[in-house]
Amino acid sequence: MSAWQLYALSGLAWFGVGMWGLFAHAHWVRKILAVNVAGSGLFLVLAALARRATTPAPDPVPHALVLTGIVVGISATALALSVARRLAEVEATARLDEDATHEPAAPPAGADARAGGDAAPPPAGGGAPP
Amino acid sequence: MSAGLAIDAALALVLPVLAWAVVATPDLRKAIVLFMALGLVAALAWARLAAPDIALVEAAIGTGVTGALLMSCVPWAESLTPASRRARADLALAGALAVVACLGWAIRALPEAGPGLTPAVLGALEVSGVEHPVTAVLLNYRSYDTLLEIVVLVAAAIGIDAVLPDDDARRRLAPPARSLVGVLSHLLVPGAVLVAGFLVWKGAHAPGGAFQAGAVLAAGGILLLFARRLRPVPFAARALRGALLAGPLLFLGVAVAPLVRGGRLLELPVAWAGVLILAIETVLVVTIAIVLLMFFPARVLASSRAPAATVEDPP
Amino acid sequence: MTALELVAGALLCAGAAFFLAGTVGLLRFPDVYTRLHALTKADNLGLGLIVAGLALDAGSVAEALQLGIIWSLVMVSSSLSCQLVARAARRAGVAPWRRR
Repeated sequence: MSAWQLYALSGLAWFGVGMWGLFAHAHWVRKILAVNVAGSGLFLVLAALARRATTPAPDPVPHALVLTGIVVGISATALALSVARRLAEVEATARLDEDATHEPAAPPAGADARAGGDAAPPPAGGGAPP
Repeated sequence: MSAGLAIDAALALVLPVLAWAVVATPDLRKAIVLFMALGLVAALAWARLAAPDIALVEAAIGTGVTGALLMSCVPWAESLTPASRRARADLALAGALAVVACLGWAIRALPEAGPGLTPAVLGALEVSGVEHPVTAVLLNYRSYDTLLEIVVLVAAAIGIDAVLPDDDARRRLAPPARSLVGVLSHLLVPGAVLVAGFLVWKGAHAPGGAFQAGAVLAAGGILLLFARRLRPVPFAARALRGALLAGPLLFLGVAVAPLVRGGRLLELPVAWAGVLILAIETVLVVTIAIVLLMFFPARVLASSRAPAATVEDPP
Repeated sequence: MTALELVAGALLCAGAAFFLAGTVGLLRFPDVYTRLHALTKADNLGLGLIVAGLALDAGSVAEALQLGIIWSLVMVSSSLSCQLVARAARRAGVAPWRRR
C-alpha cells in the first residue's frame, strides 16, 4: 500500500467519524465541531489525492482547493456559531419566567431532562459542509 | 523509506482515533482541546504529504482561529439545552456509513494515477507572475475561486453582525499598567505584523501568502481582544467598512479591468501579473485579518466573562 | 557522520526529552497552574534545543537566524498565553493545588 492510499483511507475514516458526530449529536455546538472534524478529514483525502500524481511534486490544484475550503469552512463555522448563540439567547429569554433561579452551566448530557417545550430544532451546524 | 512508511502508518492510524475522541468526548471543553490537538497532529500529515501551504493555513485558521472561536463559545454553549429531539445512534451510524461509502466510491472512480494537472500548472508558471505553483493557482489560474472566497468571508462577517450585533461596545479595557501581559503583547504584536508581511512577500516564490499572513495578523488581534487590550471595532465605523471592502473591491477592479480593453474576466497582463498579485494579496491580508477578528463579536455574557461569574441576562 | 551532525543529533534528542518531560507533566500534574508550569518551561527549553540542533544542520546562516526568530516568537507567545490561561483560571476561582 502506498503512502497516498494510506492517508486517503485515514482521511476517509476521519471524515466518517465527523459525519457520525454531526448526525449523532443534538447539541448545536457539538454539531458544528463535528462538521469541522469531517471537513478536515476531507482535506486529508484531497491532499492524499494530490500526492497520487506521478510527478515529483504534488499536484498544486487540490492544494489550492483545500486552502479555499479551509477559509470557507471557518466562515461557515463562525456564522453557524453566531446563529446558534442567537438561538440560545432567544431561548434563554423565553424561558426566563419558568426557572427564575437559572442554574448556570449544567453539563449538556444531564440537561436533557429539562428540555423546554419550545423546541425549534433546526440543525444549525448542517448548513454548509465545507 | 520503511521508517517513513512507519510514520505514515502511525499518523494514518492516530488521526481518525483522535477525531473519534473529539466527537465522542462528553465534555465540550475537552472536545475542543482535543480538536486543536488533532489539528496539530494533522500538521505532521500535511508535512508528510508535501503540502506546507495547507499545513500553515490549517494550523493557523482551521485549528488556531477555529479553536479559539469554539472555545469562546463554551460559556454560553454549556448552558444550552440540546434540542429535545434525541438523535438515534443507529440512524447516525447508518448515515455516516452511507456518506463514507459514497466518498470511497468517488475516490475509486477516479482515473488511474497520471501526472494530474501539474504539467499544465508548471507550463504556464512563467506567465503567471509568481514562482510558487500554489500561489499561481490561487491568484491567477483559478483566481475566481479566491475572489468568491473573499466574498464569502465578508458575507459571513456581515451575517454575524446582523445576527449578533455588538452590545458591549463600551467594554472596559485592561488598565495600561506594565503587567507581564502588557509587556509581552507589546513584544508579540509587532512580531505578528512583521511575520504577516514576510509571509505575503514570501508567497510569490515559496509556501506562504495572503491567508497565512491574514491569520497571523488576526492571531495578534485576537490575543489583544482576549487580553482586553483591544476594543472590538464597531461595525458602523467608516474606517472598518473601508478596510473590510478594500480587498474585495481591489480584486474586483483587477478582475473587471481587462474587459475594458477587450480582454477576458480575471485575465492578468503578463508584465503586471506579479505586481498585481502582490498588491491584491497585501490588501487581502487586511481584509482577512479584520474579518477573522469580526468573528469574535463583543457581547455581554460573552467569552470575556468567566463561567463561574454571575449569569446576567441579555437586555 | 561528522562531529557537527553528532552534536546536532544530541541537541535534537535532548530537546525531544524535554518535550517528553513536559508532556508527562501535563498529564500527571494536579492542577492547571502546575501543568502550565510543566508545559511552558519544558517546551520553551525543548524547542530551544531542537532549534539549536536544526540551526547547526541548516544550510545557511539566514536559515539558522530564521529558526532563531521562530524560537523567540514561540517563547513570547507561549509565555503570554500561559499568563492569560492562568489569569482566567484565577478569575474563575480555581484554587492552586496544595499538598494534603
